[in-house]
Amino acid sequence: MKPAPFDYVAATEMSEALDALHQGGTEARVIAGGQSLVPMLNMRLARPAMLVDITRIPELSRIEAKGDQVTIGAAVRQSALERWPDLADRLPLVRAALPWVGHAQLRNRGTVCGSVAHADPSAELPLCLIALGGNVTLRSRRKTRTVAARDFFQGMMSTDLAPGEMIVSVAFPARKDGTGFAFREVARRHGDFAIVACAATARPDGTATLAVGGVADTPATLDLPADMADLDDRLNEFAWHLQARDDLHATARYRRDLVRRLGHTTLKEALSCRD
Amino acid sequence: MPRLTKDDVQPVGFKLNGRPVVVRVTPRTLLTDALRHEIGATGTHVGCEHGVCGACTVQVDGEPARACLMLAHQADGCDIRTVEGLAQGDALTPLQEAFRAHFALQCGFCTAGILMTLDALFSRQPDADEDAIREALSGHLCRCTGYAPIVQAALTARNRIKGGPIDA
Repeated sequence: MKPAPFDYVAATEMSEALDALHQGGTEARVIAGGQSLVPMLNMRLARPAMLVDITRIPELSRIEAKGDQVTIGAAVRQSALERWPDLADRLPLVRAALPWVGHAQLRNRGTVCGSVAHADPSAELPLCLIALGGNVTLRSRRKTRTVAARDFFQGMMSTDLAPGEMIVSVAFPARKDGTGFAFREVARRHGDFAIVACAATARPDGTATLAVGGVADTPATLDLPADMADLDDRLNEFAWHLQARDDLHATARYRRDLVRRLGHTTLKEALSCRD
Repeated sequence: MPRLTKDDVQPVGFKLNGRPVVVRVTPRTLLTDALRHEIGATGTHVGCEHGVCGACTVQVDGEPARACLMLAHQADGCDIRTVEGLAQGDALTPLQEAFRAHFALQCGFCTAGILMTLDALFSRQPDADEDAIREALSGHLCRCTGYAPIVQAALTARNRIKGGPIDA
């Protein structure tokens, strides 16, 4: 229950971090808050030869609302986003989801981008990023590229991040007038991993998107038309399509049932709170 | 840029309960082990070592955090407070007094972490209500008390700290 040995680079500039990651290749990992990575290190599920600490790079600690999106740097802690004064106005869905991310003690250290990088299928922040159609900006020594969240998450704890690359920021589209948002989750205990988590966004024309985490290997989305007469049928089809599995926490059948019911409630809530 | 190879034993300086300390540790040393093994500050307990149980909770720059999920080198320059920083000599804090009065501990393994979480909660939010207290406690496991006496102690401590009637 102690990490295997690793080299440690505490970068203070972006170029230092990128050089170290380039040099470390597949054996190097970025550490920021460490709330997902250190458990993996302690249990020796991850044994990187090098850790590159990016929390002392000043430019990564910024939250910027520019144009129609909010960009969150790789060292921004979840608690810092929770306390960002514009959160309720700009990112109401994220505001609703953040209290469900682990416990307060973990959010004080854990970063927004770290949760995205870890890509746990039941994690709330990747779910919000997908629900809102956000993106991830990756940088290596050679280039910077921006990937849509839907393409970034490739499987359970598996992403488009290449060796030598790091996440520098994620961007969430900001709230527009006339839209509504809702977030709901079922877990055994508040702060535990979600058995099913639902995030819904509703647009002024009555169309909506439901994103579901905790069931498939990555968060999945269902786009819905303004006419919701056959909503329950669509949800049922969607629930089957997710190919839920039985595990220690819940049966596949229970998960499908949650997708139908929690999905319905979350969508209706998003539609009714449009403003 | 500090760059350490895996066997490098390098100094890390931080404030511990108001006093500057320096420990010499390898990169993989966790903050829990630096506190307990290098400094001998064994008030911070080690439970699950993956962030679930809350026994190792300390305050990092005023905010509760898991010491088992922090590398000691990440604490460089930080202000760390542990349970040893609460009582002044034999004088317990109102929070500690309330824990004693309400029998809010039995084996005491989880207590240090819970005290650090509640101490931070009341510093930030002196009028925290029962929901906020329970929310903060949700990050801690206690297998002795069933939590009810802990909540009672927290409510009593909050009232004492606020200067109101003591009995919750």
